Amino acid sequence: MNFQPTVDTNAKSPLSLEISGISKSFGRFPALNNVSLQARDKEFLALLGPSGSGKTTLLRVLAGLERPDAGEVRFAGEDFLALPVRRRRVGMVFQHYALFRHMTVAQNVAFGLKVRPRSERPSKSEIDDRVADLLSLVQLEDLGKRFPAQLSGGQRQRVALARALAIEPRMLLLDEPFGALDAQVRRDLRRWLRDLHDRAGVTTVFVTHDQEEALDLADRVAILKGGELKQLGAPNEVYENPADPFIYDFLGAACRLPGVVAGGRLTVADWEIKAPKDSPQGPVEVYFRPDEVSFAPADGSGLAGEVKAVAARGPDVRIECLIEGRLFELEANGPTVPAGVAPGLALRIKPLRPKVYASSQPI
Amino acid sequence: MTVAARPLSSVRLPGLAFLLVVASAAVMAVLVLMPLFVVFHDAFSKGLGKYIASIREPDALAAMRLTLLVAGIAVPLNALFGISAAWCIAKFEFRGKSALLTLIDLPFSMSPVVSGLVWVLLFGAQGWFGTWLIDHDVKIIFSTTGLVLATILVTFPFVARELIPLMQDQGADEESAALTLGAGGLTTFWKITLPNIRWALLYGVLLCNARAMGEFGAVSVVSGHIRGLTTTLPLHVEVLYNDYDFVGAFAAASLLASLGLVTLVLKTALEWRHAGELSANRRH
Repeated sequence: MNFQPTVDTNAKSPLSLEISGISKSFGRFPALNNVSLQARDKEFLALLGPSGSGKTTLLRVLAGLERPDAGEVRFAGEDFLALPVRRRRVGMVFQHYALFRHMTVAQNVAFGLKVRPRSERPSKSEIDDRVADLLSLVQLEDLGKRFPAQLSGGQRQRVALARALAIEPRMLLLDEPFGALDAQVRRDLRRWLRDLHDRAGVTTVFVTHDQEEALDLADRVAILKGGELKQLGAPNEVYENPADPFIYDFLGAACRLPGVVAGGRLTVADWEIKAPKDSPQGPVEVYFRPDEVSFAPADGSGLAGEVKAVAARGPDVRIECLIEGRLFELEANGPTVPAGVAPGLALRIKPLRPKVYASSQPI
Repeated sequence: MTVAARPLSSVRLPGLAFLLVVASAAVMAVLVLMPLFVVFHDAFSKGLGKYIASIREPDALAAMRLTLLVAGIAVPLNALFGISAAWCIAKFEFRGKSALLTLIDLPFSMSPVVSGLVWVLLFGAQGWFGTWLIDHDVKIIFSTTGLVLATILVTFPFVARELIPLMQDQGADEESAALTLGAGGLTTFWKITLPNIRWALLYGVLLCNARAMGEFGAVSVVSGHIRGLTTTLPLHVEVLYNDYDFVGAFAAASLLASLGLVTLVLKTALEWRHAGELSANRRH
């Protein structure tokens, strides 16, 4: 996985977005429960969570499309909730782009400028220039006269972005910006979007259910579940120190075994090591990533396992192992592949960075 | 499997299906085309001169004017109600939404006579507000007002029913986008909502108008059949027919039939050109 380094300068830049105690329910369904978080000026913040976690609702609250039942949103110190949608100047890119289907690409991009009150509206030629600039920014110079229906998914997404940028937004909100695109286009657009954000220099909040996307793109990731903020931090912090088993599971493939912590020692079956710091006492669940393991001969130390199947995939080798009666799909890479690995081989598996959670915590 | 895999173009109608198609075509010819032919045949049975004379007769002209007036009031109002109702139902979540949907459909499932009768029961001389209306010298029943009310009630669902599925399908995202881009509510409606529903709206208005001009049952109850005053074209046909003025009756009927034909042509043209922008679930 490719991590975006935490941008240090962000720590010094002022807070731009302050969300405090936001709650919102639809009928009896609580969509958001007391969510508080802040974003710094020009920060790229990801709201990550499974569907139904409330992340899109939070984004719509920021846009002004939903009214929270309780809580406060401030932007650059200003009470954002007191502003109607159209005065917030947030550029929003909708999940399915919501392009105006009866308008051309150029008309779509120009819309936000044309609906300004007469006194603030740029002249016709200024609008045309802005539209041309924006279309070249999103690399769609030649498609201004097309209609949305005549564009591919990736092109539509860029039109939506150009349209949102046209109003010189104070904040950019993206709802599953890559959700409707295929994998290759997704990957290309991701880097491009990050570059665009860095150049535009505008605070950006984007919603995704794809952990890889969030970890790859964002300065910080906010993880939501069931309408609550579960963890907030830089991608590497969050990935290396998931706050609970749910997040551990959500951020990547996870292996889980029961264990016991006592007297500063962690015991899993016949393998005993020094317990990681801050481990809970008593019965625990031990988590590790299937690609963060090392292998040792059967007389070495580690968890006793038996190889059930081996499959090579390029430089990676996928090893199915039976450990403590459970089948795990482990991954080894080049030099870490144990010698003579074949079905039936007994060996020892040592998780390199086990995480320990109290076993009472439901997954 | 082999049947399913066969391309559609090579599927041929088996003998029985062919017979059924011929039979239904024959039935259609007898039930639909023949009456249409008879209307025009009888209208012109005494020659073109008599036809024109019966159309230019003062009561006939008054009936046409009244029909246009009633439709001219009822259709725009129902277009307005239809857009508002569809807008509420498609773009917002609220309590009692399904009740409202059912209510909009009510005129379709109710006999038009009932739709006329309710106004008599409310505003007739013996009705709930009858005495009050007489005291204040307001005439609703046996007047244009009554005809308009009855027509509105009967034709209420046409525009709304056409727009609701389309607007539900389109969702509120484009409107939301327009709002975030700084547009006000009214601008959003004129520039985003209305253009997206224009063809479906026209389609609904067309059907609404055809029904408004052709409505018989409901207006018959509230009209009182005062010649030259409260007879719309369909009522005029009845009055003449009861007077044994067959040429006059069929001449007036031929106008209504022509209205039907024009509506059919426009409707078909709309379906052909703008099928994608009409309600997906319609195509009756």
